[in-house]
Amino acid sequence: MSNEIEAIKDPGLPAHVHRRADTDPKAAKKAERQVAILFLLSALGTVTMIGSYIFIPQDIFIFFPVLGNTNAHQLFLGLGMAASLFFIGMGAIHWAKTLMPDEEVVIQRHEFRSPDEDRADFVATAKAGAAAAGLGRRSLIKRSLGLSLGLAGLSPLILLRDLGPLPKDELSKTSWKAGTRLVTDPGDRPIRAEDLEVGAVAQTLPEIAKGGHRALSDIGKDAVLLIRLRPEEFNLDAERLSWTHEGIIAFSKICSHMGCAVALYEQQTKHLLCPCHQSTFDVTRAAKVIFGPAARPLPQLAITVDSEGYLIAKQPFTEPVGPSFWERSS
Amino acid sequence: MTARERIAGSVANYVDERTGAAAWMKKNLNKVFPDHWSFLLGEIALYSFVILLLSGTFLTFWFDPSQREVIYDGGYQPLSGLKMSAAYASTLHISFEVRGGLLMRQIHHWAALIFMAAIVVHLMRVYFTGAFRKPREFNWIIGVGLLTLGIVEGFLGYSLPDDLLSGTGIRIAEAIIQALPLVGSYLAFFAFGGAFPGEAFIPRIYTVHVLLLPGAFLALITVHLMLVWYQKHTQYPGPGRTEKNVVGYPLLPVYMAKAGGFFFIVFGVTAFLGAVASINPIWLYGPYTPGQISAGSQPDWYMGWLDGLVRMAPPLETHAFGHTISWNILIPGLIVPGILFTGMALYPFIESWMTGDKREHHLLDRPRNAPNRTALGVMSLTFMLVALINGGNDIIATTFHLTINQIMWFSRIAIFVLPPLSFVITKRLCLSLQRADRDLVLHGRETGRLVMMPHGEFVEVHEPISPEKAWLLTQHEQNPALALDENDSRGVRRPGALKNKLRARLSKAHAVAVPKVTAEDLKEIEHH
Repeated sequence: MSNEIEAIKDPGLPAHVHRRADTDPKAAKKAERQVAILFLLSALGTVTMIGSYIFIPQDIFIFFPVLGNTNAHQLFLGLGMAASLFFIGMGAIHWAKTLMPDEEVVIQRHEFRSPDEDRADFVATAKAGAAAAGLGRRSLIKRSLGLSLGLAGLSPLILLRDLGPLPKDELSKTSWKAGTRLVTDPGDRPIRAEDLEVGAVAQTLPEIAKGGHRALSDIGKDAVLLIRLRPEEFNLDAERLSWTHEGIIAFSKICSHMGCAVALYEQQTKHLLCPCHQSTFDVTRAAKVIFGPAARPLPQLAITVDSEGYLIAKQPFTEPVGPSFWERSS
Repeated sequence: MTARERIAGSVANYVDERTGAAAWMKKNLNKVFPDHWSFLLGEIALYSFVILLLSGTFLTFWFDPSQREVIYDGGYQPLSGLKMSAAYASTLHISFEVRGGLLMRQIHHWAALIFMAAIVVHLMRVYFTGAFRKPREFNWIIGVGLLTLGIVEGFLGYSLPDDLLSGTGIRIAEAIIQALPLVGSYLAFFAFGGAFPGEAFIPRIYTVHVLLLPGAFLALITVHLMLVWYQKHTQYPGPGRTEKNVVGYPLLPVYMAKAGGFFFIVFGVTAFLGAVASINPIWLYGPYTPGQISAGSQPDWYMGWLDGLVRMAPPLETHAFGHTISWNILIPGLIVPGILFTGMALYPFIESWMTGDKREHHLLDRPRNAPNRTALGVMSLTFMLVALINGGNDIIATTFHLTINQIMWFSRIAIFVLPPLSFVITKRLCLSLQRADRDLVLHGRETGRLVMMPHGEFVEVHEPISPEKAWLLTQHEQNPALALDENDSRGVRRPGALKNKLRARLSKAHAVAVPKVTAEDLKEIEHH
């Protein structure tokens, strides 16, 4: 130990100082009254709460500074409840602090380590128990027990198998096919090139048959963003340029990082920004990542128009949309 | 004997004759608890948990966790006629039609935030005062487990309403699962019952949120408290307080009244917040659909650091042999948090290994007297804080008219630079405080009174401090570093020399201190 050098002495517990209520009956009476008042305030709170529940209609809004327009029912119900609870606590603590004994008590600790005798006995008992079971000698039992316990441990895993289907190629495909019309979301209206002005953005989905149902898991893969620029603003290779139509370019709206909807388009810089983790994609360069944690551009959907002049997909997506996964090859 | 005393007597008799509990009760009702405001932090966590159970049970009476599609026809006009999940519709119903429903929802959410905040601050108290040392290492690990479960439970909880914000959070969780090498897409499909979002996930996490995890909480909290009870509470150093005693107030009646009263105060404050402070107004976000999002999407604060790490990750993915590994998700989402939480859980053992200290400790350290530990704690907090700040980079950018790029680059650099820097600064500060303590004991308190000496010199009058204060400033142990020789007595390198070298260096760093004042120092100064 380091305390070979003489340390300063512990002066011991300071002498107890009595409170006024301990010596003065008047002060004690006063403290008692204060505790009672606190408890009564709590009762008042409960009454406020019950009254608000029954008598204040739910559609009245009143204006309070700081809080703004507030629902009166909710506010007074809550304030009543808060008071009813808070003042019980205040009363109890005031009671404890002013009237209950406040002399500090000293008790002794004991070390947790058991006496050596007990420890030795314990070890001996454990050893004797193990020896009686004979696990050490009967290796056949030991091994077969290990095997059966190990296998039994697998059963929860196998039982959970039916939680869901195997992914197969689900993550890699979307509903887009060659010739699928792009329709507005919401509204489900097909779109002509001239519906989009330069600088405009539209959220679209693949058209479905009348009365058909679109599951959220479809939208989670199919959502496509249309953006119209002036064709000369693009900085694309010939193939990707051929995937656009009159300056309209289409990208998967599902972020290639973690799958959020890439919904923020900045018209001036022609950047798409994902509000989740701020990955930023340059629309003019086929949604190349220019900032943030995303590692891949947003997949581009090749579009053209059909005989009636409506925008359609020229072909399905050429790569999986959305966040990465193990089986993804590029 | 009054009637009341007779009743109390007969109840005690009834219980004792059937359980033999009298001896145990006698001992435990006289249990002594040391008093200090920082010991209330864990209590706040416990009480918030009770509030969560009560308000949560209320919410389950109306909440429908189904993701089945319904058309909303409830009282909130702006969403009238919209397609949404039953989960979202029933949350709207609780908020607008059930009397007290919105209040309970807000109390539940506030209680969850307070629960997590109390756990974190309680953890900081335990860490910085060294309360985790032997024999309390198990309780530290249970505490880290509770913190981890709390984060998961909180996330699952705010994911239940299936609004646009929470659905986005689930989307991110799905992407993390999906990013796991080898098994990711399988696990994601199993968890979601198919492709995201499916209709299975919210009903499933509902069971986990209201049954499985609360059960685990109850079990862990029970063990946590039983250990506190059995091992007796630690106490702050001071006159009359030693490693061998506990100085405080008895359970009955003082502690019972104080602790019971404090529960009502915590509940009252939470109810007040629920009444006046709007939280998670899900009706403003709209129902979840994967194709939409609201700007400024933020998780609750205890998830913010994780989101911040993900945001600052570099855009790294490996594509090889037809497979993809997303480092930009795995590193910030799993690897770094895994290292942090494992390191935190193991810290009591690491410290004991560094110092070679295997003794029991019941007196708390003043943080300045353990500079290395304190500095390490501040370093970890700095790391978390930078991550948390980056988690709010979009909000900070719009509030302070900065660009997101500036904040992101600040965070990317700061996460490496600031933690070590804060380590060095904290350690220096601790040593300076030790030096100040030493001066105080040796030379007394500066009174601010200037006196002119006969020969014209001005001196400030110092007043000696009380013996109690002097004791407080000098009671701590100052243990020397471990002496670990690389070579044994015959000059042969020991096996594991490298490990020993590391241990010796860490031990030395841990033992750095300004020598505390001894009785001899004081005597010497009296002679002057």
